Amino acid sequence: MSETAREERSGGLTRKRFIDWLLGTSLGGFVLAVIYPVVRYWVPPVVAESAVSSVTLPFKATDVADNTGRIFKFGSKPGILIKTPSGELRAFNATCTHLSCTVQFRADIENIWCACHNGHYDLNGRNISGPPPRPLDSYNVNVRGDQIIVSVKT
Amino acid sequence: MAANGEGNGGGRGAAGGTTEARGLRGVVANVIAWLDDRVGFSALKPLIKKKEVPIHKHSFWYYIGGMALFLFLLQVATGIMLLIYYRPSAEGAFESVQFLMSDVRFGWLIRSIHSWGANLMIFMAFVHLFSVMLMKAYRKPRELTWMTGVGLLFAALFLGFTGYLLPWNTLAFFATRVGTEIPGVLPVVGPFFREILRGGDDVSGATLTRFFAFHVSFLPAVAFGLIGIHVLLVQKHGMSVPPSVEAQGGAKRSIKFFPQFLMRDLVGWLAAMAMLAAVAAFWPAHLGVKADPFAAAPAGIRPEWYFMFMFQTLKLLPAEILGIEGELVGIGAFGIAGVILFLVPFLDRPKPGAKPGKLWTYLTYGAMVYIIVLTWWGYAASPTN
Amino acid sequence: MSTRSPAAHASGVSVSGGAAVLLALVLTALAWCLLVPGLLRAQALPVSEDCVSCHLKLPDARLSQPAESYPNDIHSQIGLGCLSCHGSGGSDVLDPAMGFLHAPERKNIPALCGRCHSDGAFMRQFDPSLRTDQVAEYWTSVHGKLLRSENDTSVATCVDCHPAHDIRAPSDPTSSVYPKNVPQTCGRCHSDPKRMAGRGIPTDQVAKYTSSVHGKLLLEKGDVSAPVCNTCHGNHGAAPPGLSSVRNVCGNCHTVMAENFDQSGHERLFADQDLPGCATCHNHHDIQPASDEMLVSRTETVCRKCHEEADTAGMQFLEIKGVLDSLTHAADSAREVLDHAENLGMEVSTALFELQDVTNAETRSRNAIHTFSAAAVRKEAAPGFEVTSNALTRGDDALAEHTYRREGLAVFTLFVLLLMTGLILKIRAGESEEARDEQHSSS
Repeated sequence: MSETAREERSGGLTRKRFIDWLLGTSLGGFVLAVIYPVVRYWVPPVVAESAVSSVTLPFKATDVADNTGRIFKFGSKPGILIKTPSGELRAFNATCTHLSCTVQFRADIENIWCACHNGHYDLNGRNISGPPPRPLDSYNVNVRGDQIIVSVKT
Repeated sequence: MAANGEGNGGGRGAAGGTTEARGLRGVVANVIAWLDDRVGFSALKPLIKKKEVPIHKHSFWYYIGGMALFLFLLQVATGIMLLIYYRPSAEGAFESVQFLMSDVRFGWLIRSIHSWGANLMIFMAFVHLFSVMLMKAYRKPRELTWMTGVGLLFAALFLGFTGYLLPWNTLAFFATRVGTEIPGVLPVVGPFFREILRGGDDVSGATLTRFFAFHVSFLPAVAFGLIGIHVLLVQKHGMSVPPSVEAQGGAKRSIKFFPQFLMRDLVGWLAAMAMLAAVAAFWPAHLGVKADPFAAAPAGIRPEWYFMFMFQTLKLLPAEILGIEGELVGIGAFGIAGVILFLVPFLDRPKPGAKPGKLWTYLTYGAMVYIIVLTWWGYAASPTN
Repeated sequence: MSTRSPAAHASGVSVSGGAAVLLALVLTALAWCLLVPGLLRAQALPVSEDCVSCHLKLPDARLSQPAESYPNDIHSQIGLGCLSCHGSGGSDVLDPAMGFLHAPERKNIPALCGRCHSDGAFMRQFDPSLRTDQVAEYWTSVHGKLLRSENDTSVATCVDCHPAHDIRAPSDPTSSVYPKNVPQTCGRCHSDPKRMAGRGIPTDQVAKYTSSVHGKLLLEKGDVSAPVCNTCHGNHGAAPPGLSSVRNVCGNCHTVMAENFDQSGHERLFADQDLPGCATCHNHHDIQPASDEMLVSRTETVCRKCHEEADTAGMQFLEIKGVLDSLTHAADSAREVLDHAENLGMEVSTALFELQDVTNAETRSRNAIHTFSAAAVRKEAAPGFEVTSNALTRGDDALAEHTYRREGLAVFTLFVLLLMTGLILKIRAGESEEARDEQHSSS
């Protein structure tokens, strides 16, 4: 009787130790498996956030010279910001209304120009020559301090 | 992978069981003793030891409340984390969630767990409600426990309603527009209520900031308060034993709440966590299309599933009942049902000594069947009808 | 009332060419008019309103129609009446010196319209920017030449395209010369085999145009900037562009292609062999959307007209086709990977956005085909390959991330399961211990 009891007890002891080991190990693993994603989540991502419907452009107002244009990301569409020779900022949807190429600013002719089929738009986004059937959609441009904020016209 | 390696390391330490571990244990014991000296939490020990959980054939339902509590805490944890990247404005909300989903490491995981966890929590709250109702656990002296519980259910539903709008996508936008329209049909106070909810004539950026404030500060604070009272009362009264078990002379045996019952709870909580992780990995929370207040409402606007039975009821009601607007009748009925639910402990009071009646059991089953059928109907019905 | 009768009678006579009584009456009336002193004369003369009120009542449609439609005519809207053409040249009162002019003979129509439309000073009063060289241009057209040199009055004159009494501004969608209506207007004669009989020109141009890329753009998509008959043939000076000017005509819109074509040396070669420039490969009325297949296909004999498959040029075409195909394929496979990742619930909107840029490269490298140099095409396609490879990388990353999520889930689940097992074992152990304790205490 006492022997079986001792056996039981010693068997119980090893089992208890095994269970404790199992609990400790898996608890450690579990905690790490929870903490790892949480820590990674708190680490700011490499890509800075960009918002849309109004976007704050990734460059400063002072960085845009007169009579130049720059492409920016406006949601899922490219936009073009131009600064007219007189220093006014304007923004348009940069998708050419002809065959959806991306337009660019041409300082030499002071026009927005599509390289694909030589479509020209004036500084108000109106199609003035070449195949584009429609003017470019225009956006609102606001400057707050150094930030350029482009938003959809409502 | 790193987690795996570290896990083994931890395991070795624990398995070693050498002096090192004993030393660590000693330190921990010392720290506890030091703290106890100053805080005096050893006074809680008898309270914890005292609590026992009766074991009988309906004991399973005791786990559900704890499960709901765990899910609530998980919501708090993931919710706090979502706050780091979320921006509560009509201009930035959708984009910040999009950024969270695409660029933030594990952003998808946190948001998906929050989103799926909310659904699971509300489901558990419902299960808890009905199981408690069927076990008549609201009988004296547990009336207040019941009432705080009903308050918690409403808080959870409102949390779900406000949280749904926050990603500012089309579906949520229009569902919120419909949802906030409903109290608007109430006479006299309706328009006022609607305006309070919306923060204006229509759902707009103002609604979003309002819902955000409700979702992250007001409602969680209320919920914490109610949970505090609820749990304290459960602790005070102990587990209620259903009348059927009582009739057989009470539970044959019981187990200690700590650690026996809590360990069983933990098993359930872990299972819930694994399930949420799996659902999040296989079906990440949707983002949809950014809300456009001027766009036409998309087909198939639906509320969250836990509002579906009410939504479907209102849809089925005729335009006019006994000269009153049908929708108004429906809302009135749900309002009365809510009040009745709140007052169940006072309404179901058999005369002392008499056998408890079956009326409330039938009513409970009726409500369950009603909710299930109407919810199913709501999903089965073609959205264009 | 006496002022009305001469006009009514006069027109009645001129058309029916009938009753002598009426003729006598008219002559009497005219004589009477001439006798009246100047002051009275203006009052006595007929004005345009008089023409309309009577003509509307006439049973012969040929006579009532002009009165009915003239109020819509652009000339009526700027205040010109019947007599501006039919009697006086600009003013609305019959000029006795000129007398009433009834339906002009076809060969005189250009001159009649030109009386005003070729007079810069006159036209400036109404539309200062309107050209005044239409009649001059007309005489250079095939129509005008035939009319003048061969006295062929069945050719089109002004009124065949600008229907007299119902002339509308070209910007008016109901006008016969509104872009969308031009094919029909020209086709009225040019699609009619009877009218074209003996002239040795086909009658299927409008049918061909309708099925062409330009026709579909204009007639189906409603893009009024698309070219129509007169864009290539001229309107008043309508004539087929000469073989050597095809490149110029097409190049008005397709500037980039035209410039590339100039560089290729083909312009001169085509001219030497009397080949019609762009139309050599693209046809003219039934211009179809160009496809890369035109470079190599055996059925589309474009390049094969002159080149062998194995000659140097033929090899270039194969190479160009290869570059374009691989760009298309690269874009497709990047898109496929990204779509797949998106379907799996991954967020790849930025990558899809960037992939849109491949359209630029595709369009520009297809423009460069007109240099017939593989190197030029390759150069234009290069940015496209960069875009697609970036997109593909992002797509693959997204897919890898997806796998990573599954793996992470597996690791997490493993620990959870282990922990659950441990807990369950612990619970069991506790239970058996308790049971043993109970046993001990009871025994």
